[in-house]
Amino acid sequence: MKTRRLSMALLAFAMIASLVLSACQAPAPTPAPAAAAKAAEPTNAPQPTVAPASASSSQSLIFLASQLGPVEEQEKMRNVILKDFTGAEVDFIADANENVILDRILAESKTGKVNGSVVGALHGAFPNLIAANALEDLTPLLEKLKDRPIVKEFLTLGKMGTDKQYYIPWMQATYIMVVNKKALQYLPQGANVDALTYQQLGEWGKNIATATGEKKLGFPAGPTGLMHRLTQGYLYPSYTGGLVTTYRSDDAVKMWTDFKAIWQYANPQSTTYNNMQDPLLSGDVWVALDHTARVVNAFKNQPDDFIAVPAPAGPKGRYYMSVIAGLGIMKGAPNKAGAEALIDYLTQPAQQAATVREVNFYPILDSGLPTDLPPYVKTESDGVLKQARSADAHVALLPVGLGKKGGDFNKIMQDTFTRIVLKDEDIKKVLDDQATQLNALLTELKTPCWSPDPVSTGACQAK
Amino acid sequence: MESSLAISRGAKRAPIAWRHVRDQVGLYGAAILLALWTLAPIYLIALSAFSTKAGVSAWPKSLLPTNFSTDTMQFFINSKGVLQSVGNSVVVALLTIAASLLLGAPGGYALARFRFKGKQTIQLSFLISKMFPTAILSVPLAVTFLQLGLYDTVWGVALIHTAMALPFVILLTAGIFVGVPRDLEEAAQTLGCTRMQAFVRVVLPLALPALAAAAIFTFVISWNEVFAATIITLQHRTLPAQVLSSLNDSPLYYRFAGGFFMIVPALIFIFLIRKYLLNMWGSVVR
Amino acid sequence: MRSKVESALPYGLLAPTLLVVVLLIVVPIFQAFLLAFQGSDGGFTLAQFQKMVHDTAFLDALKFTFLLLIFIVPLQIILALAMALLIHKRFRGHSIFLYIYAIPLAISDLAAGIAWLSIFTERGYLNSILHSLGIIDKPFLFLSYQNLPAVFGTIVIAESWRATAIVMVILLAGLEVIPRDYFEAADVFGATALKRTLFVVLPLLRPSLQNALIIRTIFAFQTFSVVLALAGRVIPVLTGEAYYWYAANRNPNVAAAYAVLVMVFTIFITIMYFRLLKTTDAEAGYD
Repeated sequence: MKTRRLSMALLAFAMIASLVLSACQAPAPTPAPAAAAKAAEPTNAPQPTVAPASASSSQSLIFLASQLGPVEEQEKMRNVILKDFTGAEVDFIADANENVILDRILAESKTGKVNGSVVGALHGAFPNLIAANALEDLTPLLEKLKDRPIVKEFLTLGKMGTDKQYYIPWMQATYIMVVNKKALQYLPQGANVDALTYQQLGEWGKNIATATGEKKLGFPAGPTGLMHRLTQGYLYPSYTGGLVTTYRSDDAVKMWTDFKAIWQYANPQSTTYNNMQDPLLSGDVWVALDHTARVVNAFKNQPDDFIAVPAPAGPKGRYYMSVIAGLGIMKGAPNKAGAEALIDYLTQPAQQAATVREVNFYPILDSGLPTDLPPYVKTESDGVLKQARSADAHVALLPVGLGKKGGDFNKIMQDTFTRIVLKDEDIKKVLDDQATQLNALLTELKTPCWSPDPVSTGACQAK
Repeated sequence: MESSLAISRGAKRAPIAWRHVRDQVGLYGAAILLALWTLAPIYLIALSAFSTKAGVSAWPKSLLPTNFSTDTMQFFINSKGVLQSVGNSVVVALLTIAASLLLGAPGGYALARFRFKGKQTIQLSFLISKMFPTAILSVPLAVTFLQLGLYDTVWGVALIHTAMALPFVILLTAGIFVGVPRDLEEAAQTLGCTRMQAFVRVVLPLALPALAAAAIFTFVISWNEVFAATIITLQHRTLPAQVLSSLNDSPLYYRFAGGFFMIVPALIFIFLIRKYLLNMWGSVVR
Repeated sequence: MRSKVESALPYGLLAPTLLVVVLLIVVPIFQAFLLAFQGSDGGFTLAQFQKMVHDTAFLDALKFTFLLLIFIVPLQIILALAMALLIHKRFRGHSIFLYIYAIPLAISDLAAGIAWLSIFTERGYLNSILHSLGIIDKPFLFLSYQNLPAVFGTIVIAESWRATAIVMVILLAGLEVIPRDYFEAADVFGATALKRTLFVVLPLLRPSLQNALIIRTIFAFQTFSVVLALAGRVIPVLTGEAYYWYAANRNPNVAAAYAVLVMVFTIFITIMYFRLLKTTDAEAGYD
């Protein structure tokens, strides 16, 4: 009996030991962990002050990105997009939770132990980083890149309302509508799928429900879904022409009334959807509105089943949200020359093309989309282009200047949605409640209005 | 031998054979039903993890492995960071076992062998220390670890896991040492051993197998812990942290493969400690 | 006769553990308490708790946390008791069944959430089974926000599955301690299986039941991965809200307020168990 127990214990430890061995050997052949280990210690070598091209390739560089968190995208970034970069050995660090990266940047900046050199983040995240004095002014770098055809508006955005250039535009994304071809036969009379209105979307959903007995519209209203972005950048501006200033206007009441009607035909499991590609692929949903990166697998895995079309329009036009990501350099970056070279590299047409091809973020260059796109990217980018080129198209931006309170702002949006749509509370009353909270938040932050609300001098307020 | 006992006892009080048969059928029927209930989700996630990408979103789904494929599993395992995170998980868990047994076993021995002032308070405070949600506990810790240079290291994660596992380890080891007859230890002492020698030569060998089981249980605690690991690591992720951090945006088949990959060690670990499950948790009771 | 060294020994043996637990758990708890009572200016305030209480999700989170506790814990006790009593019969092959029943003990809530989502989602395994049996011709929406009882039911099932094992093991260990004579005596007096369970086994199991209840309650208050996977935030729970306030809303103060509330509830319920089950400390093993 005793010997058996002992042999059990031995077996247990042998088991663990073998696990350790196999696990630790496996990653060795790939160069990445070695790079990570090297990157963990900041390099103290003197920085070359000359042109970025002369940066020694032996130096490592940490690139902290709050975007491209999904594993597949991280892989593409490392193995394809960054592959040809010779300016430094890049260790690309991203996380599906954008806050993880932003916290790390802030923490490094605060403690003075700066490991990261290049920072990639969304436009809306920059005010926070600037407030923490974590970023360099990139005006000198921009001077070197002045011949690159970067979209002017994006460069202006990169100044964050100052005279310094805090980021160089990196890539952009948007939200589009994805349609299963099976749904097309149920389009309402006279509706053009490339120029739908929200009202027609509701009728469409109704037609599908009548014919199939299933509610097949879909929205990403899960715990980490981006429903609040659809409220901010699509529904509100399309119906009211603004967001904050018109938060409790009559137009807003009309919008929520219409949206509730649409929602009747939305799959009730929408409250669990964090991305729309899975329900689209499984057939739970036929028509969905979501971020381009969160639907791309639908086009990739079943390229013949789906098309991409512009988001619907409301009475004030076809507003869509453009999500712009920028590249910044950390103050005290251990490899500043390498960082500049990397930003140069990533904004070149070849890498911009690779970015849309591999990870579905669209170029920030005026020169348009590359032609050699794989079919699934082509399908999606068709929708993106159609959306941008619609006659009634207008751009809305992510909230700007909310800093740490961006979460509070989104929460107000989400709560409004939850109370009106899911809990069926009185629209007017909810809007009044939430507008009061919105005003209190923006007064506290003294945040001026951002597009599409008209420019304000003081804090942006709901009327 | 024990099982035949049950049968012979049953036979004694049930002279009619069919009653015995009925009892046995009921017994095994119930046991199998409960086993199916436990195994079904594990079987289904294995099925998902080993089907094609198309199979994952097929309708209606087959309950047999008709779409068998190792593609998604391979994709998951070959994803950057996964194998590395498995390695990190194992290293963290081993460090946690070493630290929590070295620190906790003496404490458990003290609780098992001594009567002393404040014993009850100490035991109760271990219990209370488990009542604060771990996810939030990690928030202030992240700041402290950053200052100490432990942020984003396997050492830091192992340290937190040790603190989390210690209350359990103390209770488990206390139970184990209670189970080692005191007479033997005292006999050794009367024969000239010091307390230390008596412990090392007599108590430890007897307690070793059960301690190994406690070690594996600690392994499980550490292997499954996700929130502290997520909050205080970035590059040096453990497996659950890696899966959680890529959960929302990653396609369904990736998540299924990840879920299955996390369950496999559970099957192995519980198999290894199945004999000691009772001893270990008996301790909490006794 | 004990020397001074001897009487100091237990404290010395416990010191390292206490040090680690104090530094890594007690101090952070204290810091979290500070966060919960701290305003943006660093002074004392109850504003965080006010913000928590007035949050849209707060009342629902409170309600569902307790509802889940009320539904899951008894179900688990019954399931676990059934498993434990079966294993306790030590029939041929019982050790295989013990192994199977104990497996979920080592499965994380993250993995459990993924597994159960594959079963309950619209075109998941359960609907596939029902469909192939001809019971339904269209998928039934178990996870529809419009059908909260169904969503709630799926959570109860998934959580019961995940955490029954630990209760089973504790109860089984408790059963092992009860002398077999008791069972046999009950048999002699012709008690039915049900009566025997109710009047002989359960009272004797009281200390184990109490431990199982306490451990389960602590865990039940803290798990939310399964809930998040199956219900999103349609069924909010307190710890989930705490995490959400921290991770998504970037507000550690309100998150800490939620955490403090969870701790207070857990302590309160634990005291209640002690009172209700009236186990002496000696029986429970806290002497």
